Amino acid sequence: MNEHPQGDDRLGMVVAGSLTEGLKVRLDREVSIENIKVGRYVTVQGKLMRFFGVVSDVSLEASDPSLGASPPDVSDPFIAEVISGTAAYGAMSVEPMLALSSDPLAMIDGPQPAKTVPPHFSPVSLATESDVQLVFGEEDDRHFWIGNPLDMETRLCLDIPELVMRSNGVFGKSGTGKTFLTRLLLAGILQSGAASNLVFDMESEYGWKGYSEDSREVKGLKQLYSSKVAVFSLDEASSKRRGLTPDYVVRIGFDEIEPEDIQLLRESLNLSEVAADAAYSLHRHLGKGWLGQFLAYPTGETFGELATALGVNERALSALKNRLSRFHRFGFMDAKSGHDSVGQILQYLDRGMHVVLEFGRYGSDLAAYILVANLLTRRIYEKYAQMTEAAMGDQSQQPRPLVITIEEAHKFLNSRVASQTIFGTIAREMRKYNVTLLVVDQRPSGIDDEVMSQLGTKITCLLDNEKDLDAVLTGVSGSRKLRSVLARLESKRQALVFGHALPMPVVIETREYGSPESYRELGFKEAAELKAQVERETEELFGPREG
Amino acid sequence: MNNHGSKRDSRLGEIVEASTGEFSVQCYELYKAPPLGALVRCNEDGPVYGVVSDVITSSLDPARHPIARGRDEDSEEAVYLSNPQLSRLLHTEFRALVVGHESDGRVLRYLAPRPPRIHSFVYSCSGDEVRTFSSSLDFVPILLSAPVRSPDDVATSFIRQASVHHPEPERFLVDAGRVLAGLLGRDMQRLNGLLKRLSP
Ligand SMILES: Nc1ncnc2c1ncn2[C@@H]1O[C@H](COP(=O)(O)OP(=O)(O)OP(=O)(O)O)[C@@H](O)[C@H]1O
Ligand SMILES: [Mg+2]
Repeated sequence: MNEHPQGDDRLGMVVAGSLTEGLKVRLDREVSIENIKVGRYVTVQGKLMRFFGVVSDVSLEASDPSLGASPPDVSDPFIAEVISGTAAYGAMSVEPMLALSSDPLAMIDGPQPAKTVPPHFSPVSLATESDVQLVFGEEDDRHFWIGNPLDMETRLCLDIPELVMRSNGVFGKSGTGKTFLTRLLLAGILQSGAASNLVFDMESEYGWKGYSEDSREVKGLKQLYSSKVAVFSLDEASSKRRGLTPDYVVRIGFDEIEPEDIQLLRESLNLSEVAADAAYSLHRHLGKGWLGQFLAYPTGETFGELATALGVNERALSALKNRLSRFHRFGFMDAKSGHDSVGQILQYLDRGMHVVLEFGRYGSDLAAYILVANLLTRRIYEKYAQMTEAAMGDQSQQPRPLVITIEEAHKFLNSRVASQTIFGTIAREMRKYNVTLLVVDQRPSGIDDEVMSQLGTKITCLLDNEKDLDAVLTGVSGSRKLRSVLARLESKRQALVFGHALPMPVVIETREYGSPESYRELGFKEAAELKAQVERETEELFGPREG
Repeated sequence: MNNHGSKRDSRLGEIVEASTGEFSVQCYELYKAPPLGALVRCNEDGPVYGVVSDVITSSLDPARHPIARGRDEDSEEAVYLSNPQLSRLLHTEFRALVVGHESDGRVLRYLAPRPPRIHSFVYSCSGDEVRTFSSSLDFVPILLSAPVRSPDDVATSFIRQASVHHPEPERFLVDAGRVLAGLLGRDMQRLNGLLKRLSP
């Protein structure tokens, strides 16, 4: 381990405290209290180990409780100078989070939660870059730089293989930076190779390119990693207009839709329970091609007969037909069967590619988004379940884990539908079949509690709605403190990250995304650079070109 | 501080009463006592340091009280000139609080195990000695809790006098003030009073 100088960064010493209440640290006189901010990382050098902690409060203290009643004569500069830092002094509370042992053997499993406190008078210093790296991991193949701890230059990294073991969530109210964060996470997953991505790209902003609020273009995954990313499209015209020839144009046959999909659409299609349930009866009655047949069903007497045969109220049935006829307007749907979108997606994933499905103009139609995402996910999940079971515990035969990204997650995961939908199943089963979710949502309170509690790591930008704060923090230890941290985040590009993939919660300023420099950092090479590289590699392979 | 250079001219007087915490010194010359708060030293071998806490000039014979003699004189000086016997009938004494001693050549800023002997010569300390002794203020609690009339005046007088022998007198005063603040942090009123006395 490296040296830990206590020179300039020393802040003070421990004078009291407990594990539950935190440590009381008396600030050294030279330390200006205004430079100490809540949330900063500090280390405390105990006799046997070092503690890693976070500043949880800053206070002004007086040795004489009556200081306020009979204040010293601070108009005298001499007295003021003497008093400050002695009889009146600054203090801070430090939450000891982790114990860093100096024994390398003990550090194999990384830093452990602090189970005791350092002794009296232990010196307290600002955490150094190497301390932070020791705790969160250094940037490498596993650890992806996601942002910087507040007021620090240090790169804070997420352990991506650890992250994708569970379903995760990105939250925050509108315009706080969820999409930018998600782009980074997707890039991190891609770079680590720990999982494949399948993104249901509602706003068509992840695949090819997106825009920032000030209308600057930002690159999507395909522009950054063209050889590793396939963009599928539901709306070829829109993709082309934006300069992209999609790798595959997704079409969906009516016969691929199942009654479960209709259940999920109840809200967006404004269907009554009876009407939605009628889909099950139709399916039983008409078989696989039920939807196509039903939509083509003549009105009039025969329709009444169908209702009677199904034992469904005719008006409900007619309402169902009415609402579902909207599917005719979905250009990606048709009555033909034999489309193989799922097969295509699986093929790409199988080749180690990442697939972004952009919705184009259908992104603004929630029903289309829900329908397609649910339908494809259900069938992809079935395949993964088969593959995983076929591998029979043989690690080498297991499919590479898959991370499915969905926006507006509460539409799929609210408590009314979470128990029935494939997304609810995936979220609850953790990664039984090597599939996990990355849910992106601005209204986490809309998501089922159980699903929320199953999310491994939460990356949360500013939330100001009480219910949303509650939803994100339920079941999290120390939630009271985290809550005040969350509510005080900047309105952009700041996030609280906590959960499974991190040893302790951390507030970050999200890594910059969108500048040429940021793309280079993400491994992007400009065309000229790329050409040079190809030439270099060709030369290495075949020797210098002749002539 | 082994070489005390015990020059006759720095010799102030002799100890006439001594305990471990305090000693009284009779000055050789009337009115030639060191000022309140001055650092003095006694005992040739194994020196003991004291801080002047009280200065008294009175009649040598406790039974005979001085009487007023200046009604017809023009100046105070003239009273002494007209009554030359006065300087024999009066004497000046001072008391010093023991604040430290030397042992094996080391300066220790706490009480010596034994009081100095009666008739020990008492010297005023040189600037170097004062600076060395006051390089640590560990003994200040002795002054602040001494059973004398105004311990705060003794302490602050000492600090002010010592400050001029340090390279940065104002810095020394601030540091000394902080020592006081550390000791008296719970008594803001008293601290305030002390600091006002120290304020340059
Ligand atoms: N990491 C970042 N790097 C650079 N700019 C950022 C970053 N994060 C956020 N921003 C800025 O903040 C704006 C809003 O971010 P973003 O579009 O990700 O918000 P959002 O939470 O997805 O909003 P919405 O809920 O409306 O989709 C961006 O357009 C961009 O200008
Ligand atoms: Mg967004």
